[in-house]
Amino acid sequence: MTRDPMTPDERPFALVHDVGGRLGLAAVDAAAEAAGLQPGLPLADGRALAPNLATAALRPAEDARALARLAAWCSRYTPWSAVDPAAGGLGGGLGGGLGGGPGAGAGILLDVTGCAGLFGGEAALLGDLVTRLGRLGFTARAALADTIGAAWAVARFATDAGTPWRVVPPEGARAALAPLPPAALRLPPAAAELLERLGLRRIDALAGLPPETLEPRFGPELAGRLRQAWGEAPEVLSPLVPVPPLLARRVLAEPIVTAEALACGLDALAVELCRHLEAVQRGARRLELTVYRVDGGLRRLALGTSRPSRDPEHLKRLFAGQLERIDPGFGIEVMTLAAPLSERLTALQLVLGPAGMGRGADRGAGRGRRAGDDLAGLAGLVDRLEARLGPGRVFRQDPFESHLPERAARRVPALAPGDPAPWRRGRPRPLRLLGPPEAIEAVALLPDHPPARFRWRRVRHRVVRAEGPERIAPEWWLDDPDRAGAPARDYFRVEDEAGRRYWLYRAGGRWFLHGLFG
Amino acid sequence: MTAGRERPVKPGLEALRARIGRLERGGAAPRVLPLGAPALDARLPGGGLALGALHEVEGARAEWDDGVAAGFCLALVAPLAAALDGPLLWIARRPDLYGGGLAALGLDPARFVFVRADGDRDVLWAMEEGLRCAALGAVVGEVGELAPTAGRRLQLAAEASGVTAFLLRRRFAPARLAEPPGVASTRWRVAPLPSGPAPLEDLPGRPRWRVELRRCRGAAPGDFLVEWNDASGGIALAAALRDGPLAAQPAAGGGARLAG
Repeated sequence: MTRDPMTPDERPFALVHDVGGRLGLAAVDAAAEAAGLQPGLPLADGRALAPNLATAALRPAEDARALARLAAWCSRYTPWSAVDPAAGGLGGGLGGGLGGGPGAGAGILLDVTGCAGLFGGEAALLGDLVTRLGRLGFTARAALADTIGAAWAVARFATDAGTPWRVVPPEGARAALAPLPPAALRLPPAAAELLERLGLRRIDALAGLPPETLEPRFGPELAGRLRQAWGEAPEVLSPLVPVPPLLARRVLAEPIVTAEALACGLDALAVELCRHLEAVQRGARRLELTVYRVDGGLRRLALGTSRPSRDPEHLKRLFAGQLERIDPGFGIEVMTLAAPLSERLTALQLVLGPAGMGRGADRGAGRGRRAGDDLAGLAGLVDRLEARLGPGRVFRQDPFESHLPERAARRVPALAPGDPAPWRRGRPRPLRLLGPPEAIEAVALLPDHPPARFRWRRVRHRVVRAEGPERIAPEWWLDDPDRAGAPARDYFRVEDEAGRRYWLYRAGGRWFLHGLFG
Repeated sequence: MTAGRERPVKPGLEALRARIGRLERGGAAPRVLPLGAPALDARLPGGGLALGALHEVEGARAEWDDGVAAGFCLALVAPLAAALDGPLLWIARRPDLYGGGLAALGLDPARFVFVRADGDRDVLWAMEEGLRCAALGAVVGEVGELAPTAGRRLQLAAEASGVTAFLLRRRFAPARLAEPPGVASTRWRVAPLPSGPAPLEDLPGRPRWRVELRRCRGAAPGDFLVEWNDASGGIALAAALRDGPLAAQPAAGGGARLAG
């Protein structure tokens, strides 16, 4: 696959890179190739051959990213798409594949098993793929075969500008491979060259050799690649995206741009996904909405739910307010909704709901139905809030075994089962606890006494009543050096002349304000 | 301020009010919850705090110090929490309400579900979402500024679901403009008062507030002195002293204290 540099003129074009201190050609386009340029040539020689040569620097990292994006774009055809590891090693992405003869060129592998029917057949799928890539500015060659090896070889060595794509019929891999050169077997250049020198110019010549002699003579790679191409050895594609087993997909008749139209598409997807979920008695815990744009971009929205759910209304509401964030570009033509994470959810669970959540637990059995409804409603609420505000924004506080007040309350997910541990009572604790305690200026009449007056946020307060001290020692048994070395705190609850109450402490001779009472 | 007490009650007018109220609510009787302080409840229409409505609480001081207002807001929420099932949603930009403090007041911190929102807009949005969920006991939101339309939306959402909403005004900067008249059912302004008697002379006693009922649908405004009551184990507005110049009133611990 090669990317058209989109230069307005017909000047030969090459990508250059630094080779041992001087610039060399990394890849050349068709015009440059016609002028006699080859990858590997020093730039000075290239300029001598083609004085009007246009150049750009090779940026392998960007090429790799672009290729990965393109592989993601290909998931419009199948969820199994991946950057071809063999070609990536050869040329380093798209730039490396700019021209450079057969065998070069970055590649993307798609497993379209069972997908071709959606596009009107295998040939139509390939045609669609090549045409669309062409519209995006890529010169692509494509082949479809029983094995990765055969498709790879045919796409690179049995296509030309006239027939840029080819479908190898089922069981036809051996025949299709026969006339191709050994380089089509995804071999390192040195190995391919060796075979060439030995006169083994066609794969059927290799096939004629006794298989047991191949490995000792040419190393394990050739034999392995040959078996893979013929389909005798398994080869699996490691897909870019782990395949979500639960997925609803919608190809739109016309590209859409408005949020209303998106919401409409989402409606249908949610209903379909929930039907899939119901069939396997599961509920979604994570949802991914992917839209494929006309210009080849894709946008993904991922959301979590606090409880497994397969209520289409609930799933839809989660995305409400988020759809506006999707930039439709020039239009969206395909939408998918997947549940990459799901949990078992039976019909009975939907009715009853798990016990938990504060007082929901001790309701009578006769009210189970209502408690279940309430919990479902609550879970829906928590999901909607977290979908918009961010994960972890909805929480409860559970007591934690610690003397330090800031550690004694711990944030837990809102719907986590309640902690039976009781809160410590009987000690004054403020209604609001300041994040970090704020340093204040305070004057105490005697060393161990509460302050007589203090100043907090530029306002003076005269202490009228006070209670304390309550000594809270640092938790020296913990490994945290900050905490273990901290001085003990002497807490006072004080009331000023107006009746406002504060929680102050003294630590190491300095005063801090830590909380406010009601 | 004394107008409300002096005004003779006309039975016909009261009946008409009740009828209009029923019509407005689609035939259902208004749901109210007594706060536990008879003097205060007598002032509120129907004898208690309206459920399924919006109530607004603000501190008297402009500077940032809302332990006081939050304390009184909890005093309003507490009877609701005791009477109703369901969690209490507390939405704030800075969720610094402390579980240990709630427990110290005799509330169950496990009932509270906290939400951290990024700004007033998100707080109001989260409140509206919460008000649609009938499983909640109450929704409390801490906001700085409030547009009249936002208040109206909350009031309508509360009426629709029957969940009671509390707006706790938390100003991060002093208000510059005069507040437009709110749409809330009740609006309270809270100032601290020196605390009630304690077992020892110099210790802080029960919290007390001077509460101004600035606006109340269907009732006249008034001033009250109220006290937190934890002696009975539960929470209630313990004592209320109605109307009149505050200076002329005896201390809340004296004979004029109304039983809670």
